[in-house]
Amino acid sequence: MKIGIPKEIHPGEKRVATTPEAAALIIKLGFAVSIESGAGLNANISDEAYQAAGVDVVADTQTLWQQSDIVMKVRAPEQNLQLGMDEADLLSPGACLISFIWPAQNEALMQKLAAKQVTVLAMDSVPRMSRAQKLDALSSMANIAGYRAIVEAAQHFGRFFTGQITAAGKIPPAKVLVIGAGVAGLAAIGTAKGMGAIVRSFDTRPEVKEQIESMDAEFLMLDFKEEGSGTGGYAKTMSKEFIEAEMALFAQQAKEVDIIVTTALIPGKPAPKLITAEMVASMKPGSVIVDLAAEQGGNCELTAKNEVVVEHDVTIIGYTNLPSRLANQSSQLYATNLRHLLTELTPEKNGVINVNMDDEVIRGTTVIKEGKITWPPPPPKLSAAPAAAKAASPETTAPVAAAKASPIKQLLPIVVAGLILFGIGAVAPESFMTHFTVFVLACFVGYQVIWNVSHSLHTPLMSVTNAISSIIVIGALVQISTLNLTVTILAGLAILLASINIVGGFLVTRRMLEMFRK
Amino acid sequence: MSHSLVTMSYIVAAILFILSLSGLSNQETARKGNYYGMLGMAIAIIATTLSGAVTVYWILIVALIVGGAIGARAALKVEMTQMPELVAIMHSLVGMAAVFVGYANFMDSTIAITGVEKTIHEMEIYIGILIGAVTFSGSVIAFGKLSEKISGKPLLLPGRHWFNLGLLVAVIVLGGMFLQQTESGGDAIIPLAIMTAIALVFGVHMVMAIGGADMPVVISMLNSYSGWAAAATGFMLSNDLLIVTGALVGSSGAILSYIMCRAMNRHFLSVIAGGFGTASGGEAAAIEGEVQPIDAEDTAKLLLEAKNIMIIPGYGMAVAQAQHTVNEITKLLRDKGKKVRFGIHPVAGRMPGHMNVLLAEAKVPYDIVFEMDEINDDFSNVDVSIVIGANDIVNPSALNDPNSPIAGMPVLECWKGETTIVLKRSMASGYAGVGNPLFVLENTRMLFGDANATMQAVLKALKG
Repeated sequence: MKIGIPKEIHPGEKRVATTPEAAALIIKLGFAVSIESGAGLNANISDEAYQAAGVDVVADTQTLWQQSDIVMKVRAPEQNLQLGMDEADLLSPGACLISFIWPAQNEALMQKLAAKQVTVLAMDSVPRMSRAQKLDALSSMANIAGYRAIVEAAQHFGRFFTGQITAAGKIPPAKVLVIGAGVAGLAAIGTAKGMGAIVRSFDTRPEVKEQIESMDAEFLMLDFKEEGSGTGGYAKTMSKEFIEAEMALFAQQAKEVDIIVTTALIPGKPAPKLITAEMVASMKPGSVIVDLAAEQGGNCELTAKNEVVVEHDVTIIGYTNLPSRLANQSSQLYATNLRHLLTELTPEKNGVINVNMDDEVIRGTTVIKEGKITWPPPPPKLSAAPAAAKAASPETTAPVAAAKASPIKQLLPIVVAGLILFGIGAVAPESFMTHFTVFVLACFVGYQVIWNVSHSLHTPLMSVTNAISSIIVIGALVQISTLNLTVTILAGLAILLASINIVGGFLVTRRMLEMFRK
Repeated sequence: MSHSLVTMSYIVAAILFILSLSGLSNQETARKGNYYGMLGMAIAIIATTLSGAVTVYWILIVALIVGGAIGARAALKVEMTQMPELVAIMHSLVGMAAVFVGYANFMDSTIAITGVEKTIHEMEIYIGILIGAVTFSGSVIAFGKLSEKISGKPLLLPGRHWFNLGLLVAVIVLGGMFLQQTESGGDAIIPLAIMTAIALVFGVHMVMAIGGADMPVVISMLNSYSGWAAAATGFMLSNDLLIVTGALVGSSGAILSYIMCRAMNRHFLSVIAGGFGTASGGEAAAIEGEVQPIDAEDTAKLLLEAKNIMIIPGYGMAVAQAQHTVNEITKLLRDKGKKVRFGIHPVAGRMPGHMNVLLAEAKVPYDIVFEMDEINDDFSNVDVSIVIGANDIVNPSALNDPNSPIAGMPVLECWKGETTIVLKRSMASGYAGVGNPLFVLENTRMLFGDANATMQAVLKALKG
């Protein structure tokens, strides 16, 4: 089958849906790949680089769309102003389109694509399961967006991120608040932390606390009991009381922090308004807000989509194309996500895709199958968080505690040992007791000595004790000279066996110890 | 040599043995410790030979020379991967020697004691032979299992606990008969011989019922038995040196068994009783997910990008003889300024300390080899962990699945690091027969193939 990659036409979009490296691997799967001339230029990839990887470069946009059985894009299809045609209409009938679609927000586009009898796979609808992570373009793009958010903030923030004490005075570190610790939020935390800022973070899902703390950021606790985890690892809408408590926390934090990065999104809903105009006004002059939810309406009331505005001396960044601002690398990651999807789609590696609706990953990603809208998919069976394992962990500790608690079990061996010792003492003659004293004392000496032996020397310990235990040879030596022939033979055999052990044991220990070198 | 002088020599020998064991507390003094042991043994043998008890020198000398030659040959020829087998077979020799000494002592008519002392002496002979025989047959089976001449799977006879109990009762009854016969001057050798046979059967049965993963416990337990056999012989001969040495060795083996059991979170008795996983309740959680394979070149890339690398070797490394290649890789990475460490689980391999010996053989410096407790909290700083031929010792279900047969066993928590690369021949489960959720974790990559061949490929990729 033929795969076509058109040039992105969305204003400001610099990414491209495949790179020469990814294309080479796609060709190995049995596909023929063509690309529109100049598609990679904004991501610093030349047509020649594609050609070198075996990709056909097509100059005409329309030809490319029409000859392709599969079209791979970044942005959802839209009106091509140069051609005066909608990209959706350029698709040849029965073709397959793979790109971001946002089916919940783009009802009209969905209807239009369905009418074209095409198959559409939406990169934004990849189910959140471990198996699908390698094709999760939302995560790979969010990671870049989170990084870029801090870089943009630094650009507009007129101060250091890291604290310094210099001869010319002290510079306090910047305080950064990251709201929503998803992939983008965590990437922002990591970047800000790496630049030396003090980072705090808030999320409605309590399970991310550990992740935030693992990045060395502070998790802001809300003294309120409500679970914010929805299905598929996303957040859900919270109760009114919760939101009030949350807003009070943000209002207080706004006065303290220098930079706020908001990443709060709820799937299929407009972004929640978390930062009010009053909060913005209460921030220190020169502060920066980066609103990563600008595409869905913004988490801040004053955000302007795709623009940087300054209100109350606070810079509010509402860019929606942050991944596109690192076009080369985001193209690489996106291209890899697409390649993994193609690998899933062509299990036989014969260059023919098989949209297998029994496969949970492919089922979730497919939003239109041969003209029939298949979105939304049934809920995924597995959530990203292993809920079952958590429930089980308290049980593991319980039986251990119970076992320790039984005093009879602990005392029994001591009592039994005491009785045995008493029994022996009552009947044994003097000579036995002398030997027994030696024996018990030697056991204790052995106990003390052996505990000090290094773990790494346990094998030499065994071989040396083995050699030493052949001291039994003494027993044979004293018997060898009796007149009884059988005894002599037995003793001779015992000496033979024991001496194998003595020499072998000591020599092999020496060999081993010689090998232990610093 | 006078009697007192001989006793004094024995005291010196006993002290030298204690010094020998305490010398093993660290690598610097270990070599000296070994020489103390040799010296102690030499003093003991020479003193006994010169004590006047020995008059027939030629048998003695022939036996010493022949035995010594065999021992030396074995010690110099053995591969380090075969150390567990060698140790097992050596235990069996001590066991057999104890049996011979016991019989010789029993037949020696020159010992003139009477009354309670005689009864105790006969009991000592009986117990000495019993322990010796169990040690002998158990070690032979352990040797067979380790060298894979016998299947490593536990042999679980129906009603095996009753069988063991029956044997124990028989041994006690025969003991009573044996004492009665010696009192009355009857044919005491018959119950003694039957008991020996029973003890041999018991040793075989005991070790047959133990699974391959429990081998480190068995080896250290047999080590302990060989010590008790020597101690029992000491009581029999009224020889304090034998008692002291036997007690030292016995407690050493007992402590090792205890450490091994603790490292597997198993109760000592349940290991000895045999069978694996019989105590766990429900079904272990099934493992879902897909493994993500990786090739040698990508592994090399990951290693080159990492700063902090942890290598976790298991028995698979020993089987594939990959330790030399691993050392080459370690050297290369250390030369590039990376922090490379080894994490050793106490029960990795088939005997205590097995991995350390293999790494030492490959000339891995011992100061970068750490035991589990030292490095387990440090995995969050590790960029890449490489698991070579290990499975159960890196199984997260030991910690979070109470129904897993290995639940509660401390494991190396490599999944807390950035990336884990697992070298494995195929997707078969480990010795414990337990599935491993580590393999399907998102930060785990599987590198399939023979450990040595794949490590060679990684080394080549690192160089190229």
